[in-house]
Amino acid sequence: MKKWAKNNIGFFFIIPWLIGFLVFKLYPFGSSLVYSFTDYNLFKGIRETGLMNYLAVFEKRQYREALIITFKYAFMTVPLKLVAALFIAYILNFKLKGVNLFRTAYYIPSILGGSVAISVLWRALFKDDGLIQQMIRMLGGNPPSFMTDPNWALFIICLLRVWQFGSTMVIFLAALKGVPEDLYEAASIDGARKMKQFFSITVPLITPVIFYNLITQLVQAFQEFNGPFIITNGGPRGKTTLMSILIYNAAFQKYDMGLASAMAWVLFVILMIFTAISFWSQKHWVYYADEE
Amino acid sequence: MAKTVVKDASYDINAKVRRRNQINSAIRYIVLIVVGIFMVYPLVWMIGATFKPNNEIFAGLNIFPMHPTLEGYQNAVKSYGGNINIWKALINTFTIVIPKVIFTVVSATITAYGFGRFNFVGKKLLYPIMISTLFLPQVVLNVPQYILYNKLGWIGSDLYLPLIVPSLFACDTYFIFMLVQFLHNVPHELEEAAKIDGCNVVQTLVKVVVPMLMPSIISCALFQFMWSSNDFMGPLLYVNTPAKYPASYFVKLSMDSDAGFAWNRVLATSLISIIPSIVIFFLAQDQFVEGISAGGVKG
Repeated sequence: MKKWAKNNIGFFFIIPWLIGFLVFKLYPFGSSLVYSFTDYNLFKGIRETGLMNYLAVFEKRQYREALIITFKYAFMTVPLKLVAALFIAYILNFKLKGVNLFRTAYYIPSILGGSVAISVLWRALFKDDGLIQQMIRMLGGNPPSFMTDPNWALFIICLLRVWQFGSTMVIFLAALKGVPEDLYEAASIDGARKMKQFFSITVPLITPVIFYNLITQLVQAFQEFNGPFIITNGGPRGKTTLMSILIYNAAFQKYDMGLASAMAWVLFVILMIFTAISFWSQKHWVYYADEE
Repeated sequence: MAKTVVKDASYDINAKVRRRNQINSAIRYIVLIVVGIFMVYPLVWMIGATFKPNNEIFAGLNIFPMHPTLEGYQNAVKSYGGNINIWKALINTFTIVIPKVIFTVVSATITAYGFGRFNFVGKKLLYPIMISTLFLPQVVLNVPQYILYNKLGWIGSDLYLPLIVPSLFACDTYFIFMLVQFLHNVPHELEEAAKIDGCNVVQTLVKVVVPMLMPSIISCALFQFMWSSNDFMGPLLYVNTPAKYPASYFVKLSMDSDAGFAWNRVLATSLISIIPSIVIFFLAQDQFVEGISAGGVKG
């Protein structure tokens, strides 16, 4: 026993984490799968078991729409955010004066953006007669009603997320700094144009980081809650009701824990499928230096 | 060097290259400035708006108030609707965030040390599990965790148990991951020297590893500070007495309670709520940049 302890002393250091993992992650994770097959209500308990929650998620229009809106949200914000972050990081990577000042300016929104305060600000910007409407009117345009027009409401929610591209940009910037300079020099002697250089040298070398950002952004986008909850509260006419909001409403307004668990699991499985596809696609586009 | 060759060959070409470089830099600056305005203008406008009277806030695009007033702040710090105001809410935030930061840093460092420096039975299984929980979305865990905390009687607890206790057990895996990455870059020699000097593993951790990891540990503490002070979902689910609301939740309620006229008060309340985060950010900018870069690049 003593010998075992001596050889496995590292195990004792991870015990706190292991307890936390079992109690606060694995047990809830497993139990929610069980709850998803019941009509568990926080106050009434379980009366019925079966597939009804899952059938409801796929049959009722409200849930199907929320799924579609969640997809739209993820597929608008993730690519836009990655492109904006990479583009700005690319420019910041040239040795310009005052780069640190710009880096700070771009980074701040992503540090503060998740806060309620910024969601409140977003409302002040996009409400009727808010700052953005004033701006458009001053330029002679006829602004739409961003918060109440179903087509615009989702867009401003997306914009809030894209506005927070700063931390992704910082990660890209670190990766760009890691691309060896001599590669660029060789290429510029060849007379390769900057654009071509970017796509044929820079992008392939930082694909592992693009991949990392893609995965983390996907996971975050699929569970976005604060923005739509605070700014539009899911409206107008449910057009910004992401799955996370429906889950919240089912679980914490109606205490229908079974249905909420089922919705969360549907979302989880979809997210896993996208993550799996990304991992699978890695071998076609992600370049790991140590492989060759 | 390519440049000297060009210079010798022809002065004309050299001037052309220089000119093209100047144009390129100019274009880059223009892009940076235009995007920069989009990033910063809303924030700066917000600061200006908190000093404007309500009828001026949406009357124009200017940042500086024409009739500066502290009305927004005076109303923001007033207590309304029960025994909570923005100061109390901020104190509540710190009551949650400070223990959370300390517990997270300690538990994550211990776990990272275990995973990063030792081999033990089950590591081959547990390490990938730890990494995979990075991708386990919180949205699946919210409902069952609520049920668990409800069974434990922790909902609405005055000590914020559901928000703080998990951090004792390194539940924010991201920080373990970050510290393990940093640990890989720290040389083993000092630890081996300490071992020869008769330090046991715990002494080595405290006296050798922690000092070497300190910059990264501070990064973790800063990120946890930011994320926990901004956290809205946690308080929304687990805090249900008004006197205990933290700032994030308080700001949301103070916005809801307003019919949409007193924007200077609402924006001033919002701004006060993020001042601690802004101050911390400017004091420790480089740590934020380094922390997030290291976690991402080596991932």
